[in-house]
Amino acid sequence: MKEKFVPALIAGIVTLILAFPLLGLNLVADGLSLVIEGADAKTLRYIVFAALAVFLFQLFKEKLGGIVSSIPLPRKAYGQASVVSQAQRDKRERLFTIIVVALALIWPFFASRGNVDLATLVLIYVMLGLGLNIVVGLAGLLDLGYVAFYAVGAYSYALLHQYFGFSFWVCLPLAGLLAATFGFILGFPVLRLRGDYLAIVTLGFGEIIRILLNNWTHLTGGPNGIGNIPKPSLFGLEFGRRAKEEGNVPFHEFFGIDYSSSYKVVFLYLLALLLVLLTIFVIRRLTRMPVGRAWEALREDEIACRSLGLNRTVIKLSAFTLGASFAGFAGAFFSARQGFISPESFTFIESAIILAIVVLGGMGSQLGVILAAIAMTVLPELAREFQEYRMLMFGLMMVLMMVWRPQGLLPMKRRHMELAND
Amino acid sequence: MTNSMLKVRDLSMRFGGLLAVDGVSLDVNEREIISVIGPNGAGKTTVFNCISGFYTPTGGKINFKGQDVHALADFKISRLGMVRTFQHVRLFSQMTVIENLLVAQHRHVNTNLFSGLFKTPSYRRKEQEAMDRAAYWLKKVNLLEFANREAGNLAYGQQRRLEIARCMVTEPGLLMLDEPAAGLNPKETKELDELIVSLKEDYNVSVLLIEHDMNLVMGISDRIVVINQGRPLATGTPEEIRSNPDVIKAYLGEV
Repeated sequence: MKEKFVPALIAGIVTLILAFPLLGLNLVADGLSLVIEGADAKTLRYIVFAALAVFLFQLFKEKLGGIVSSIPLPRKAYGQASVVSQAQRDKRERLFTIIVVALALIWPFFASRGNVDLATLVLIYVMLGLGLNIVVGLAGLLDLGYVAFYAVGAYSYALLHQYFGFSFWVCLPLAGLLAATFGFILGFPVLRLRGDYLAIVTLGFGEIIRILLNNWTHLTGGPNGIGNIPKPSLFGLEFGRRAKEEGNVPFHEFFGIDYSSSYKVVFLYLLALLLVLLTIFVIRRLTRMPVGRAWEALREDEIACRSLGLNRTVIKLSAFTLGASFAGFAGAFFSARQGFISPESFTFIESAIILAIVVLGGMGSQLGVILAAIAMTVLPELAREFQEYRMLMFGLMMVLMMVWRPQGLLPMKRRHMELAND
Repeated sequence: MTNSMLKVRDLSMRFGGLLAVDGVSLDVNEREIISVIGPNGAGKTTVFNCISGFYTPTGGKINFKGQDVHALADFKISRLGMVRTFQHVRLFSQMTVIENLLVAQHRHVNTNLFSGLFKTPSYRRKEQEAMDRAAYWLKKVNLLEFANREAGNLAYGQQRRLEIARCMVTEPGLLMLDEPAAGLNPKETKELDELIVSLKEDYNVSVLLIEHDMNLVMGISDRIVVINQGRPLATGTPEEIRSNPDVIKAYLGEV
């Protein structure tokens, strides 16, 4: 206890030193000049209270750590595998999937417009998280510039529409393809890099794309962004009040119902859901295919891979390319939903959030990523009333998460394979 | 010699000022077990790394099945049918045992993206073949019951056996084992001995072996190559090596 006392005291004093100028002193405009004013007694009391809290926390840190680790985990990750056979597990999983998909399909017709809109955003992040999961979770390549591919996808649709008048449905595969191309291009210089070095290069790539979009004003509109990006249509039916394109009919006129803006929101939600389901299906297959196994093997031991005749160049490039293509799809959908995009939407913090989703969910685990995407998008939304303390709570949650469950919400579970036992 | 599988001539490897391997030559014929022995730091593993393509040798020629391979990328050499293990176990430890064996068959299965996404019949057949081959080798090395265990959770001796099985599913012509008996107990070493002999007898595989366990080496080798300080010291049958005064001197020091 004694040897903890001094560091704890120092921590408390540091808190005072940091908090007092930041919170205890206010700049007040007095006519044309600024005057420094001391804060009221209440704030000062809070500062002292905070310093005391830090002091006590440092003093009893170990005991608190014990309490945190004694919280029971929500579910044991292993153990039940031996009891339930793979066939049973598959069956359960299928049932679970059907129920969740059915609920997700029905839900928007009863929920409020704002909630459906939020859910659409969640689905975009699910798609991004699943895509990044290929690169980070499976192939073990730390990518801090994933948002670049998202941006490429978004701008592909926006620009192709603006200059060539392509529709969303034409642009969607093109956006995926373009993002994949960029993934491929990024993949080449970083083939030899791993870990921290790879992270730095990808971080740089993310910034390059953003700065390029910001400064190539005559093509991308620069910081002004691109507006008036049309929403996707449903087989030529548009969801606006009036059809914007020649030959198209508004949805409500076609069915002879009153116009309501919520049709559009629900349609976008369902479209996002469809894209997410497709993503889940494709990535699930991929992980069980030779290429998916090779990604994981490369994460585990690159040298062993080489000795077994696996071409790491091809494997790494395929991870980057395929991972990027999903960001491209998400980006195209994002720009369609938003109707307006600017480089502002593709800052580093987006990359960080997507990476946090992957890590929080549990590397390589699909269900984990989905849950984490929901948590990372909905929680800040719920905590909106805390205003500026939102990010603080967010950070606290991440720290607690890392203490309590460093392997993520639902770590990846290995698939049990039946062998023909003769 | 017509049935020569691997021919190494005058191999040398220089790291800056250090000549780690100098003028090593060796031959491996079909269905032959050749051991490379030598004191610690003699350059045995460097020879292995040169042959398997992890290093590009600075001098000399390596010919495998009639093809010069000393400038070839490591994975390409491996695809020609020359696979190796490592001094330290290098399994994909977070993947299951069976997945380890499936990864090794990467070039045998259908890696086409679309046939995998749509599970075409040819893809399913190839996958099933890979599973069967994996199951066969698991049985052979007595690991069938651990098929769905994570490789990292196996006991050390089991991990060693799995490594050999993982090489064998690639259907190699030449298997290179770098100290396979290190850390094994006498019973496990004896099993390994039997396994290696069976690979040669039953599966027509040549084995190039680095090993310190002299009982194992003397018992199973057709020929032995002794390397000391990067230079070849002696080559011959176990009997010749056992009675070679130079070898005794190198191992025991000047008497």
